[in-house]
Amino acid sequence: MDHETVRELTAAYALDALDRDDEREFEEHLAHCADCREEVAAFQDAAALLAYDVETPPPPPALRERILQQARSERPNVVPLRRRWALPAAAGLAAAAACAAIGLGLWAASLSDKLDSERAARGDRERLVAVLADLDATRIPVSGAEGTLVIARTGEAALLVTGLEPAPRDMVYEAWVIEEGKPTPAGTFASGGERTAVVLTRPVPEGAVVAVTLEPGPVEQPTGEPLFSATV
Amino acid sequence: MIRDLAHLSDEALVALVARSDETALAELYDRFGRVAYGLALRIVRDPTLAEDVVQEAFLSVWRSAGRFVAERGKASTWLLTLVHRRAVDLVRREEPRRGEPLEAAAAGAGKATDDEVWLRLRRAQVQEALQQLPDQQREALELAYYGGFSQSELADRLGLPLGTIKSRMFTGLARLRELLTETEDPWTTRPSES
Repeated sequence: MDHETVRELTAAYALDALDRDDEREFEEHLAHCADCREEVAAFQDAAALLAYDVETPPPPPALRERILQQARSERPNVVPLRRRWALPAAAGLAAAAACAAIGLGLWAASLSDKLDSERAARGDRERLVAVLADLDATRIPVSGAEGTLVIARTGEAALLVTGLEPAPRDMVYEAWVIEEGKPTPAGTFASGGERTAVVLTRPVPEGAVVAVTLEPGPVEQPTGEPLFSATV
Repeated sequence: MIRDLAHLSDEALVALVARSDETALAELYDRFGRVAYGLALRIVRDPTLAEDVVQEAFLSVWRSAGRFVAERGKASTWLLTLVHRRAVDLVRREEPRRGEPLEAAAAGAGKATDDEVWLRLRRAQVQEALQQLPDQQREALELAYYGGFSQSELADRLGLPLGTIKSRMFTGLARLRELLTETEDPWTTRPSES
């Protein structure tokens, strides 16, 4: 995209009205065009004022406490646990991540109804959504399957895999965080299907490998070969 | 310890949030929670989803406030852009419910607190500016911003060439920006609590 073509799109970008491909190209341009960034900022200021032309009931009082509580539980936010990954279209990916986050969050919510422990499920769902909603999360492609390992800045991680066969009867998938060749269990799951999203039970540090094996049940050491993995 | 943060600018609050100051986050919520929720609800049309959108936007502020501080934008724009983007991402998957008026959501009744007076003032100013736009430009802005329609979706929906939509959005938002910048001064500072 040349500068003029891009300039035409600044307003639509500020309104979040670009189609996905245009948005990606636009953000690539934005990354190295200070003029356009300035223009976008001014348009975003104007667009944000449109938010005031809305009259709706106030949010439920519990929302405030929920946000503060969640923030407290994520403290401290000052020290980034991981370096940010420099990606050329980081913003575009972030948007896609946010999009996926909400989609998957909803989807996980519908799944969670089926689980035995409502409370545990809700905790998992919230953690999953939190990981996927982190705009600065690192996204690493999985090798051996079609999927992505998403690592939030808190170190919490989620595994997203598409087209995974459901685990055979009496078997579960088990995730592992492998550091210096030493695997530690990071949660089990049985579900396969079109989209599988699992939040890992332990954080994933820099340099670790995340792998998934098929096991006869939750085990402490992997007995099967890794089906797929991702290297951080 | 209770501190009075009311005198701080939005940007100063974000700087405190970047240092993990929870009371600053609470103050930001008190300033923008209602607008954020109203915007999210108008777009997603479901109270539970709207709450999720608002929660994620504020947590995103909590997590990445440091980065925002470095970029020196307007804090309210940043927050509302986060809310808007999440809400639009959500609604793009739910074609059928978009663009219908939000019924029975008006909260006009009830006592007007200072905050509400302030919100109404802003609202009146935005509405006045919108009224000064040609209908077609206003329509393009409203459908995009509140309906979450993309440019090409709008072109399809209105049966117009994409180029027409692009130019309506650009001209409309550019004009709105002028109109709102002219009137901005009286309300960039919030009423003091004291």
